[in-house]
Amino acid sequence: MATYQEFIQQNEDRDGVRFSWNLWPSSRLEATRLVVPVSCLFTPLKERPDLPPVQYEPVLCSRANCKAVLNPLCQVDYRAKIWACNFCFQRNPFPPSYAGISDVNQPAELMPQFSTIEYIVQRSPPNPLIFLYVVDTCLEEEDLQALKESLQMSLSLLPPNALVGLITFGRMVQVHELSCEGIAKSYVFRGTKELSSKQIQEMLGLTNPSASGPQGRPAAPQDPAVTCRFLQPVHKVDMNLTDLLGELQRDPWPVPQGKRPLRSTGIALSIAVGLLEGTFPNTGARVMMFMGGPPTQGPGMVVGDELKTPIRSWHDITKDNARHLKKATKYYDALANRAAVNGHSIDIYACALDQTGLLEMKCLSNLTGGHIAMGDSFNTSLFKQTFQRVFSKDHNGEFRMAFGGTLEVKASRELKVSGAIGPCVSLNTKGPCISENEVGVGGTTQWKICSLSPSTTLALYFEVVNQHNAPIPQGGRGAVQFVTQYQHSNTQRRIRVTTVARNWADAQSQIQHIESSFDQEASAVIMARLGVFRAESEEGPDVLRWLDRQLIRLFMFHLRRSPFLQVFNNSPDECSYYRHHFVRQDLTQSLIMIQPILYSYSFHGPPEPVLLDSGSILPDRILLMDTFFQLVIYHGETIAQWRKAGYQEQPEYENFKHLLVAPVDDAQEILQTRFPMPRYIDTEHGGSQARFLLSKVNPSQTHNNLYSWGQETGAPILTDDVSLQVFMDHLKKLAVSSAA
Amino acid sequence: MNVNQQTPMASPYGPPQPGYGQPSYAPLGGGYPGPYGPYNGPAAAYQPGAPPQGPARGPLTSAPRPVSTPQAYSQYPQGDSQNGPPPMDHSMAQPAHRSPVSQPYSQGAMNLSGPHPSYSQQYGAPPPMQQVTNQMSGMQIGSGPPTSVGPGYAHHPSTQPPISAAYSSAAPPSYTQAPPLSAAPSQPPPPSEPAASQPYYGGPPPPQQQPFPSAHHPSQPFVSSSPYLGPPSQPQAPPVSQQQSFPPGPPAQQPFPNSAPPPVSQASYSGPPPLTQHSFPPSSQSGPFPPISISPSQYPGPQPQSQPGPPPFHSGPSPRGPVPPPSMSQQQANHLPPGPMQQQQPPQPGMQGGYPTQQNGAFGQPRGPQPGYAGPQYPGQQNYGAGPAPAPAPPAQKRLDPDSIPSPQASELPAVQKSRHRIDPDAIPSPIQVIEDDRVNKSSEPFTTGVKGQAPPLVTTNFQVKDQGNASPRFIRCTAYNMPCTADMAKQSQVPLAAVIKPLAMLPPDETPPYIVDHGEGGPIRCNRCKAYMCPYMQFIEGGRRFQCGFCSCVTEVPPHYFQHLDHTGKRVDCYDRPELSQGSYEFVATVDYCKNNKLPQPPSFIFFIDVSYNAVKSGMVNIVCQELKTLLDYLPRENPEADSVVRVGFVTYNKVLHFYNVKSSLAQPQMMVVSDVSDMFLPLLDGFLVGVNDSRMVIESLLDQIPEMFADTRETETVFGPVIQAGLEALKAADCAGKLFVFHSTLPIAEAPGKLKNREDKKLVGTDKEKSLFQPQSGFYSNLSKECVAQGCCVDLFLFPNQYVDVATLGVVPVSTGGSVYKYTYFQAETDRERFLNDLRRDVQKPMGFDAVMRVRTSTGIRATDFFGSFFMSNTTDVELAGLDCDKTVTVEFRHDDKLSEDTGALMQCAVLYTSCSGQRRLRVHNMAVNCCSQLADLYRNCETDTIINFFSKYAYRSILNTPTKTVRDTMVNQCAQILACYRKNCASPSSAGQLILPECMKLLPVYLNCVLKSDVLQPGADISLDDRAYLRQLLSCMDVSESHIFFYPRLLPLVKLDGGSLPMAVRNSEERLSKGGVYLLETGLHLFLWVGANAQQELLSNIFGTPTFSQIDPNMTSLPELDNPFSQRLREIIDSFRSQRSRYMKLMVVKQEDKAELIFKHFLCEDKSTSGGASYVDFLCHMHKEIRQLLS
Repeated sequence: MATYQEFIQQNEDRDGVRFSWNLWPSSRLEATRLVVPVSCLFTPLKERPDLPPVQYEPVLCSRANCKAVLNPLCQVDYRAKIWACNFCFQRNPFPPSYAGISDVNQPAELMPQFSTIEYIVQRSPPNPLIFLYVVDTCLEEEDLQALKESLQMSLSLLPPNALVGLITFGRMVQVHELSCEGIAKSYVFRGTKELSSKQIQEMLGLTNPSASGPQGRPAAPQDPAVTCRFLQPVHKVDMNLTDLLGELQRDPWPVPQGKRPLRSTGIALSIAVGLLEGTFPNTGARVMMFMGGPPTQGPGMVVGDELKTPIRSWHDITKDNARHLKKATKYYDALANRAAVNGHSIDIYACALDQTGLLEMKCLSNLTGGHIAMGDSFNTSLFKQTFQRVFSKDHNGEFRMAFGGTLEVKASRELKVSGAIGPCVSLNTKGPCISENEVGVGGTTQWKICSLSPSTTLALYFEVVNQHNAPIPQGGRGAVQFVTQYQHSNTQRRIRVTTVARNWADAQSQIQHIESSFDQEASAVIMARLGVFRAESEEGPDVLRWLDRQLIRLFMFHLRRSPFLQVFNNSPDECSYYRHHFVRQDLTQSLIMIQPILYSYSFHGPPEPVLLDSGSILPDRILLMDTFFQLVIYHGETIAQWRKAGYQEQPEYENFKHLLVAPVDDAQEILQTRFPMPRYIDTEHGGSQARFLLSKVNPSQTHNNLYSWGQETGAPILTDDVSLQVFMDHLKKLAVSSAA
Repeated sequence: MNVNQQTPMASPYGPPQPGYGQPSYAPLGGGYPGPYGPYNGPAAAYQPGAPPQGPARGPLTSAPRPVSTPQAYSQYPQGDSQNGPPPMDHSMAQPAHRSPVSQPYSQGAMNLSGPHPSYSQQYGAPPPMQQVTNQMSGMQIGSGPPTSVGPGYAHHPSTQPPISAAYSSAAPPSYTQAPPLSAAPSQPPPPSEPAASQPYYGGPPPPQQQPFPSAHHPSQPFVSSSPYLGPPSQPQAPPVSQQQSFPPGPPAQQPFPNSAPPPVSQASYSGPPPLTQHSFPPSSQSGPFPPISISPSQYPGPQPQSQPGPPPFHSGPSPRGPVPPPSMSQQQANHLPPGPMQQQQPPQPGMQGGYPTQQNGAFGQPRGPQPGYAGPQYPGQQNYGAGPAPAPAPPAQKRLDPDSIPSPQASELPAVQKSRHRIDPDAIPSPIQVIEDDRVNKSSEPFTTGVKGQAPPLVTTNFQVKDQGNASPRFIRCTAYNMPCTADMAKQSQVPLAAVIKPLAMLPPDETPPYIVDHGEGGPIRCNRCKAYMCPYMQFIEGGRRFQCGFCSCVTEVPPHYFQHLDHTGKRVDCYDRPELSQGSYEFVATVDYCKNNKLPQPPSFIFFIDVSYNAVKSGMVNIVCQELKTLLDYLPRENPEADSVVRVGFVTYNKVLHFYNVKSSLAQPQMMVVSDVSDMFLPLLDGFLVGVNDSRMVIESLLDQIPEMFADTRETETVFGPVIQAGLEALKAADCAGKLFVFHSTLPIAEAPGKLKNREDKKLVGTDKEKSLFQPQSGFYSNLSKECVAQGCCVDLFLFPNQYVDVATLGVVPVSTGGSVYKYTYFQAETDRERFLNDLRRDVQKPMGFDAVMRVRTSTGIRATDFFGSFFMSNTTDVELAGLDCDKTVTVEFRHDDKLSEDTGALMQCAVLYTSCSGQRRLRVHNMAVNCCSQLADLYRNCETDTIINFFSKYAYRSILNTPTKTVRDTMVNQCAQILACYRKNCASPSSAGQLILPECMKLLPVYLNCVLKSDVLQPGADISLDDRAYLRQLLSCMDVSESHIFFYPRLLPLVKLDGGSLPMAVRNSEERLSKGGVYLLETGLHLFLWVGANAQQELLSNIFGTPTFSQIDPNMTSLPELDNPFSQRLREIIDSFRSQRSRYMKLMVVKQEDKAELIFKHFLCEDKSTSGGASYVDFLCHMHKEIRQLLS
């Protein structure tokens, strides 16, 4: 048997699953003692180029409340053509089409290597992809221009049959009609008035007029593509829309001195949601909102239009001084839920120097699987490339995105599902395996994930419910099945089924085995998610206290300092942004976020990862730090001087040139794949931007201890934060005193 | 009932008339012998006179007069005879009686005849007013006529000479009336009574006479006959005479027409024929007409003359009273058989047009002379002769009988009762005659406004105005130019004191528009206390250092920069250099203090809202509007014709949602922005909505091209309305300017939105106490909205294209409150209504107007403006706020006493309108008006204007029905008029028989006009009139000026006879009786034009007009006449065009063929007839009125 390391890696590669424990304690009591629950990170659409989808539909267990999918773990009686469900033990006959099976002629789903298998559902009609742009026009001319170009560019990236729509907003909200020739039409809504979905549809003329028109054509087949003039196939309106975007003007309403422009973001979104709700319910759609500032009027307003009133800060929030916060949050929550119910996801692309209200609006993306991208301006490569990457394609030339997914989890009897944390909402499906103990989004066995990418990863939490006095027979295995239904970007409806099993172990007799089955990385991420989830949903101090209690056992120094939990030095928006990405990225990326990676480039040897410590900052090194959100290239003092002197230009110092180029090349590689595009920072010793690096490293040297540590090389960090050393010391002390 | 109209006024006019008369007559006589004939029809006697005039006038005038006088006498007698009994003798005798009185008159008349001005003065002096006395017995109108005859004078001479004495008698009367008086001052007086009658004749005759003359020739025998008549009548044995007359009549008639019975009619007919033979008329008149009928008709005419006459009449009547009345009645009775028939017939022909009458006229003879006419005439005559004769008689009787008239008559003379039936429509005051007289008398000399207390010419008269310190009557007309000094007097008389003000009225090209005065940074100079603006009534004192306000007497310092020395009369030496010191109307440039928010205004904007719902598109309206706007936008109002208009425009289409358009010049294509959230309207765009036409021309044209296409297939039938106006309001607010919304709307707004309406049309409520609710808006929404509109200076013009009930009462609230207009095109069809709509639209867009206006009327201490009527909004009791004020909008203001006025100073009023011009300049237009004050009621009655009173009354009544049951309103009006007339009778008229109806000269048309008001669709709806129409008319009237309300209530009916020459044929009275089957008539109502074609119209006439000689081939659906290359057609079309250009709304032409279904509509406008909705005929109403008056007096 391979090492656990290999096992874990194999599992992740094949199934996209990483459990915190790969041997499960066999009783509730023991499981509880382990602190870290039985849980996993699951990447539903992990890219499996080697896994061709099968062209038929899955075979389901016939028990009404089970409906598990036939899988390699099932007992099969080839003679009787009967299979036993490994979750409920129901015995099911194979359907007629399986008449020919035998132990040498197995369908794919019975083969062990197909623990993950993808089916294509044939019956449902293909639904086109829908992209609805919601564009803020209260932008600087330059920004607007850049945004318009990006949008125009994006049209060329869309599949020709995809539907597009355009809503612009400023003081008013305009829904542009795309079907017409000649005059450009748009429907205008005032930005301050909340409308029900029904009203919106009426006002857009989307309700069926047959009621009023007596001789209305015989209830024409409700082809939404025809009836909805606001969402049209790209190939039809390509030119039109390009022109329309080209003619977009800045919001014309005058902005008096000392005021913010009036932005009706809330209404714009509610109209977008209402529009899709009325025309394409339960069809994958992506609302892409581009905003250049905070909502300043109407429902969902984050800040008033008086410039003298700054947007809320953490300080205001803790002092309960953010008057719009709760209302706006509630408003966007409701919107997000509506969108999620219909399977529509909402992206937010916020580009402004100040905050834009992501804190209030985060749910829109968090609950619907949408993206959030944050930048300083639309006229930056950060935005442009991030946006472009949304439309990136896989090796089949298809978008790396899927829509309208639902994830169902089935588990063996000994196991119950506590909940999930990730870009999902509960579908409130009752089932036999729901734990009473809710963690994250619980109380259900199904979650809706409106938008999925290959890297979208959920954390799922389980509870072992087997009683201590009912031991599981030796060699018993617990199984978990993940059934993910989604709309592929090629408009097919697909179902992916992943079935995994782990052995049960008696914690008392096999504690070493259990220990060795611990997946530290997965656990770190899983616990971090839990922490973030709590931080989002609970009051700050309590979370920190809770976290501290957990940390005692988990040694997560960096997490504690990360923006996911620590709000100091980060605006509310930034926190929301970071957390948003943290709860959806896969394990590798999540780890980077928790503990940034630091590479060192020097003449002393090949590039090597170094400790994220102030001690690593040396004059003759180039450091490359990847925090997921930022890529920092830091030139040590000496290197910087050399560079300034222009040695790299001289042929005899070509090696120096290579040294300079190496980190840049590496950074480019990261930039190529990372979504969202990280902020790329090229700085040097003493540069203002060096703060990005300095704030991350372990402050082993600070102004407090600089001299006491004497000759050690490195850079002192001006901070009062404790260093890892101190932290560890303290932790050890605590562990000894109270862990027992 | 004999109505004796004594028209002192007339007489004065009369004199002037000579002058006028000649021209007018002459043309008439010469050109339109026929037409005159018809007119004369009633006043055959006159005709004779007239004809002579035509030819002889020039020369005759001088010499003739003397001659005429005798003739006059003779005529008088005749007249008398006609009237009844006492023809010649009476006249003779009477002259003696009256000589004193009459003489002066006559003199006056004489003098007057020479110089007009003198006349007028004389008028004043003589009998205050024309009095129309109706003798209960018959409606004989004795008018001071003799004077009126005056007009005819000129002719007389000529006629006289040729004609024998008999003739002379006949001829003279007509002509003479004037001449007689003038000629023999002494004589005239005596004749007065008879003369009066004659004059009457004379008055009418003039026209008639002309026709007669023609008759004369042929009928010389008549002359003889006339003598007969004369004699008999003279004898005074009225009855006898009458009887005699009869006998003679027949003979006479026979001679005349050959066809004996018809003679009378013939006579009237002959009228036309007479044309040819001027001399005749008299004779013919005497012959056939002797019957009272003529006299009455004539009277009206003569009335002017009546001034002198009146006294005679009074006196006359009284004396006559006993004798003549019976005689009259008897005569009438006798005559009636023939008379009525004849009369009816004659009048009809006569009225219709000289020609037709002739045609119809039995008077072949006259025709004989007139070759052209002869042919047609005969046939017509025949028709009449045969069928009509019998038919007419009964109707005539019916009319008389059924009517309430009886009571008075009954009281007077039992015998007379029968005679009532015969009340002759021609014997009662004729609007046509009054209008004609005024035109003749007053159109030649400019009207100068400098003289206080002087009533201007009638609105129907063309005249030039010279501003000498009072506002032109085009700006202000008053009901009374002599205001009673005290409230008691005012109350006693019940004459409303009101002014009809049209502040931005357009002036004819030959009159100078008000000068613009700039008083510099300090703004206009005003009285410190009452804030009246500097005007000619400010008295400068202390060497010019201060001025005393003419309104409140407060003394104010003259600002140094305005100081000027005074001359020896106390006038500033720069008086004539400064319009504000010498003119009645002028404008000040307003300073920033007069602007909203102390900010100079932006130029106004026009926003077009086009309904694009199914009905609007289908009717073609959308297409037409869009096409038209493309060119119309180049004609936006501007002050400098050279420059581009600064008015910006915006476009919106709507059904149940609104579509705004961005037409910014930088766009390649317009952009449509749909606002569906109509519950809470807002403006979806700012930049690019309101644009300059020239900047965005391409985009706008593209838009207008595309709108019809875009909505061509619409299935949306629901519309909104409230949000439409809200949108316009928001747009103007956003642009911070005033402006006007043009809303083209088709249906009841039932879509869910603010201002949504429901169909509440319920005809069952009509006539009940709840009827008033139908005129009230459904909800307060639009009232509130209009307040906001007014505050922003947002004027709304509404063009309606309904196919069914749209609730005009509610939709019209905003337009009416914002100074806007409502246009309604029911069952609009592109082919037939296009022209009318487009012309209205063009005018509406182009007409000069002011925005965001406030009007304030200041008055002398003693009276104050208490009530206002029109399209505006008032938030307090003094300031009239008009979001928009265009050149057609009129505000009627009522004044009441709050103290005594002084006879010395008179009463002053100053109307100041602060507005933003179409170029965005803030201005103040000031109109000043001074009137006299009187302590004698007679002065009041002598200087009032009936048209204006009717304007006030109708507005008052139309407003009252909002809160009061319609019947009550009607009764109130009748009552008030009765009081007015009773007060006159009691206080001003000379004593006379209680049975006599005596009307003040200035108000003799009050009954007929009042009846028209009472019968109007609003106050007395027929079954076929919709609630919308009533509401529409109600609102429409509220801002009509006097000339519009005049034609609205008393349409103009023109016989289309010879149309060569520059003048119009004389109108005929609005009665079916006046229509000749053989004629074609043009009827103008101010809103419609009808071309009525008689079933027997001449082929030549039809060919000339329609290009087809066959009656049946005329297409009744045509809306414009074919352009034929003949003078008649050209002239007719010219006339139609000129009529249209005079009105603020385009009148669609409807061709009505006799006996056609559409004739009902046409007949609806014949307002002297009984209406299908139950309205009384003129005669009936007059009787009723008389009864009321009698009740008040007793």
